[in-house]
Amino acid sequence: MDIDVIIQLLDSTMRLSTPLLLACLAGLFSERAGIFDIGLEGKMLGAAFMAGAVAAVTGSAWIGLLAGVGTSLFLALIHGFASITLKGNQLISGVAINFFASGMTALIGQNWFRQGGQTPALRGDARFQSLDWPGASALADVPLIGPIYSDLISGHNLLVYVAFLAVPATWWVLYRTRFGLRLRAVGENPGAVDTAGVSVIRLRYSAVLICGLLCGVAGAYLSLGTSAAGFVKDMTAGKGFIALAALIFAKWKPWNALWACLLFGLLEAIGNKYQNIDFFGLFIVPVQFMQALPYILTVVILAGFVGKAIPPKAGGVPYTKER
Amino acid sequence: MKFTQTLVGAAALLGLSTGAFAEEFNPAVIFDMGGKFDKSFNEAAYNGAERFKEEKGVEYREFEIQSESQREQALRRFAQQGNNPVVVAGFAYGAAMDTVASEFPDTDFVIIDMVVDQPNVRSVVFNEHEGSYLVGVLAAMASESGKVGFIGGMDIPLIRKFACGYVQGVKDTNPDAEVFQNMTGTTAAAWNDPVRGGELTKAQIDQGADVIYAAAGGTGRGVLQAAADAGVKSIGVDSNQNYMQPGSVLTSMLKRVDNAVYQAFADVEAGAFTPGIQVMGLAEDGVGYAVDEHNEALISDEMRAAVEDAKAKIISGEITVHDFMSDNSCPVS
Repeated sequence: MDIDVIIQLLDSTMRLSTPLLLACLAGLFSERAGIFDIGLEGKMLGAAFMAGAVAAVTGSAWIGLLAGVGTSLFLALIHGFASITLKGNQLISGVAINFFASGMTALIGQNWFRQGGQTPALRGDARFQSLDWPGASALADVPLIGPIYSDLISGHNLLVYVAFLAVPATWWVLYRTRFGLRLRAVGENPGAVDTAGVSVIRLRYSAVLICGLLCGVAGAYLSLGTSAAGFVKDMTAGKGFIALAALIFAKWKPWNALWACLLFGLLEAIGNKYQNIDFFGLFIVPVQFMQALPYILTVVILAGFVGKAIPPKAGGVPYTKER
Repeated sequence: MKFTQTLVGAAALLGLSTGAFAEEFNPAVIFDMGGKFDKSFNEAAYNGAERFKEEKGVEYREFEIQSESQREQALRRFAQQGNNPVVVAGFAYGAAMDTVASEFPDTDFVIIDMVVDQPNVRSVVFNEHEGSYLVGVLAAMASESGKVGFIGGMDIPLIRKFACGYVQGVKDTNPDAEVFQNMTGTTAAAWNDPVRGGELTKAQIDQGADVIYAAAGGTGRGVLQAAADAGVKSIGVDSNQNYMQPGSVLTSMLKRVDNAVYQAFADVEAGAFTPGIQVMGLAEDGVGYAVDEHNEALISDEMRAAVEDAKAKIISGEITVHDFMSDNSCPVS
């Protein structure tokens, strides 16, 4: 395995990790504030559809992105309203959002475009084009550093960089700001936060909205930033759930989330590139196994093989001021 | 007494009308997973039915299944409601068709891409290996790197048949050529996963492939897009997909599913339905390659001559393209 192959794999990993990473950080904000969110998948799907649809009509990826984020925020608000204001069951609200998004995107898509729930293929400015960094082609011939810079770092679209920059941003917000401290506190002991005179309701709503924002970017990436070039029915294909698994794997910490998502992305990239791995002629690992790896890993992780993953204490419990 | 009479009368009427239904011309078509707007296989079937509707002014009924369990249900429902003929597009309907066809002996059924041995079923199969051979010839001549790619949808013998014919066409034209082959997945979801299709394409392009043939239904959308983004050539499948990325799609392997559907409707309308196996090969214009205003510039005279030569030789029997499904193996890879 030479360096080029490794770089190609990592390059593919970055693209495949992007939606996972955004969704994972989205879940992190929400769950750190004590709101479980299994509706990541539905929010991404809704955003992917609306981003693709609006970009197809307006021809602008930016307006598409805004529409996608708007849709995701709307779904996040529904989740927030159900689980914060109405004190409903957060898991059920999440499941409802997933089903709602899956059905509505196909229905509205069929109604608008008459293409079986797809949006028309997007061209030119309706997609986020890859950005070439300065000097990428000039450096390409330098050994080692050249390919790393020109292939791996340069040449992705904007949303990929947004996803990776969101990691330090999340860390900074959570651990270096007053808002972050309160957000973490509200997931552990909302009573104490309330006693300190800070609104639990407002903090949780902000967390849910940040979650919606990030899910919206993740969804928009799927339809505007990948080779799908538009929305396809159920295109999230379980990415929201893999992101949840990554979140548990990462023990609700931003930097860990980065590595977890990169690992899932890498496994998928390996599964795509090496469909049948021959182990020194002894036996052949079949393609089915390679493609199932991310899911197998998810089960292994959820079964608790990574050590104890302790969720935020107040997670899943609606806050009631007085009994 | 009077009531009983009415009842008997009504029953007789009902019996008569159901009996008459089967004779009537009331066509229906059922699509496979991926949906009728996959711009590929199902869309070809849809176009055939639409063409018939436009020309003859006969409405038809249609259904897009959402899950495996709906196959038999949908077939039985249409047959029960007196639709005739019932056309299904997709190899995966084989088992369901076998069951339902024997339950409705008076209904004419047509299945595309699969052979079902029942006296009232017409099985339409295409010689995809022949059409794929032709686009393989074009791919080998268009490739500058001597490396070409193939991306299949679900890993099934039918798709291996496409791959095998393609590889033969490539190797016969350029024996030193290298062919990368990938399958998108092993479930029906592989027909509709353009994101993964795009990733597979990028992986093949990274390895040096500069012409990539997608035989993957809706997944092909991602393959064609990724190839166009990277500035290399791609080959579409089933329907004419040249328009999807003009200037990047080298050609499309046409599989005239539309003709099969149209023909089935027309035969039943004319009372000339014939059950049994109907093979649609190069000679019958059942498969072929597409040239239109979007890809004219990509196909040189030399390429055109070579592919026409290969076509004539296949029809005359001078070249035999190995059919993967005949022995589930491919002599070249």
